[in-house]
Amino acid sequence: MGALILQQTINALTVGSIYALIALGYTMVYGVLRLINFAHSELFTAGAFIGLALAGALGVAGHPTGGLLVGFITFVIIGLAGVSVEIVAYRPLRGTSRLAPMLSALGMAVVIQNAVMLIGGRRPLIYPSFLPSGVIDVFGAIITYKQITIFLVAVILMVALELFVNRTNLGVRIRAVAENAETASLVGINPNMAISLIFFIGPGLGAVAGILYSSFYGVATFTMGFVIGMKAFTAAILGGIGSIPGAVLGGFLLGFIETFATAWMPVLTGGLIGTEYRDIFAFSVLVLILLFRPAGLLGEHVSEETIVYKSDF
Amino acid sequence: MENPARRASTPPVAATRKLWPGALAMLAVPVLLLIVGPHLPAYPLRILDMILLYAILGLGLNIIVGYAGLLDLGYVAFYAIGAYSWALLASGQFDIHLPFALVLLTGASLAGFAGILLGIPVLRLRGDYLAIVTLGFGEIIRVLMNNLDGVTNGPQGIARIDEAHLFGWTLSTPDDFLYLLVGMLVVVFLFVWRIQASALGTALSAVREDQDAARGCGINTTRVKLVAFAFSAFIGGACGVVFAAMQRFVSPESFTFWESLVIVLVIVVGGLGNPFGALLGATLLILLPELLRAYADYRLLFYGMALVIIILARPRGLIARQFGPSWLMRRLGGGKC
Repeated sequence: MGALILQQTINALTVGSIYALIALGYTMVYGVLRLINFAHSELFTAGAFIGLALAGALGVAGHPTGGLLVGFITFVIIGLAGVSVEIVAYRPLRGTSRLAPMLSALGMAVVIQNAVMLIGGRRPLIYPSFLPSGVIDVFGAIITYKQITIFLVAVILMVALELFVNRTNLGVRIRAVAENAETASLVGINPNMAISLIFFIGPGLGAVAGILYSSFYGVATFTMGFVIGMKAFTAAILGGIGSIPGAVLGGFLLGFIETFATAWMPVLTGGLIGTEYRDIFAFSVLVLILLFRPAGLLGEHVSEETIVYKSDF
Repeated sequence: MENPARRASTPPVAATRKLWPGALAMLAVPVLLLIVGPHLPAYPLRILDMILLYAILGLGLNIIVGYAGLLDLGYVAFYAIGAYSWALLASGQFDIHLPFALVLLTGASLAGFAGILLGIPVLRLRGDYLAIVTLGFGEIIRVLMNNLDGVTNGPQGIARIDEAHLFGWTLSTPDDFLYLLVGMLVVVFLFVWRIQASALGTALSAVREDQDAARGCGINTTRVKLVAFAFSAFIGGACGVVFAAMQRFVSPESFTFWESLVIVLVIVVGGLGNPFGALLGATLLILLPELLRAYADYRLLFYGMALVIIILARPRGLIARQFGPSWLMRRLGGGKC
């Protein structure tokens, strides 16, 4: 029993790490632009595919150190892609209405997903693992090196982001723009610069998550972004959208809720609710959290005004 | 003191305005469809049917999104409830074979009821949060359809659904559905247009523009939003029943999040809150992928690009809100507006 719970905890931490990394991208963009960036989940997929292509080009498939290099280059490529998406599809629509950028984001999601399909093919691709192999046995629970690596990479990136946002000059600018873009521009901060930076970091982190995810499951499909993206978005809401620590907390929490609910619900309900309801748990959490605590766990209290479309609808 | 000059410049509106030119202009479209439609070959006719279906869905969703300003990203759930009503109540699945007219009413009512049930808890939310909860609701309905194997037959869906009969008229060919859909379109169009012009419509636009001010004016905001939700869901459910009768096969595949988005896009591209917009949007969004069919794999890529370009060019939609049916009536009716 103890080993089982430990095992599920490890699994939850692995899934949670990936949710958290993607959730960061959603939450940062939302924090500044109040925009659900639907293209984010497709950039996650694109990241996994670019990682795969780079591995082939550099001949480093299966090497953890090569994986580091691939991860870095992919981060930069997808980061630049994110910046371009913002400049092309969102920036011209800033200040028009709340709905237009969101639908433009959807259009971009379709474009990116199909571009990935055209280049990578419709069929699921076997993904070489960039993660070290091997297992350790802790009190009967089997922990793979892959899981440890995913967790460590995620934690390192999150700590780096936290330090960047809180301790550097650029980070202060980002926070200032997130707080109030107009006031920030009064004190000489260029909001476009901060927004571009966010669209570099967020998708970059998502791309790394894509490589980790595909390495872990050994497969990449062009449609894999949608459900993962939805869940990561749930995680961002759960933690409090706009809050960086919130996205991390929400990611891990969702990992735990999903893993444990999937494992125990069939037992508790005598098989009535089976593991196939996995996705429902995530969405039920989403609905419940929005009903009872719309600001999320760590989100500052959002006044209704900030989330209302008002007459710009 | 009355100012005679002012009085002379504003003659009583009703005296100079005629209703028939506007009414004729609007009637021309369905009449034209009924004349031309049946002569079309099967494939374009099918597309025309789909355009009409999405136009009706768009008109329905417009009540929530366009009039009340509440973004619903899970509209497909109501559509699915309607479709599964016909699939379950008129097929061999449970060996129930109810008449089409009854199921049309039942399915639409069930969807309307689901709308109220969903609305009661979620209408406290606004803006993006409401959008996300409705999205979650849509997904939950789809996962349920996928997994309640005993009822919905899971991912395989339900095939061999009965042929629909409406008061002795058999609905089997695309022609039959064209008549049905044109009829529905006219009814729904008149309904949503008159809602917009009614006290309820005014209350809904007040809620859209400023909910707190609306409440201050004595509008029961929760109630008008619930009514909007119920009407919208009712229309979505009715479309679902027709869809299932037309395809004679339903599976969860047809009710993905993507479907909800297409319906939202129909009204946003066409022009939010404008019934004409829904018609134009549906025409574009259904026709576009068909026109791009020649590009095979590139089809969706171009489709996505076209969407982004249309939205960038016309962020508020192709037809602005004020140029609706009431405007057309005034315009063609002469007199001052």
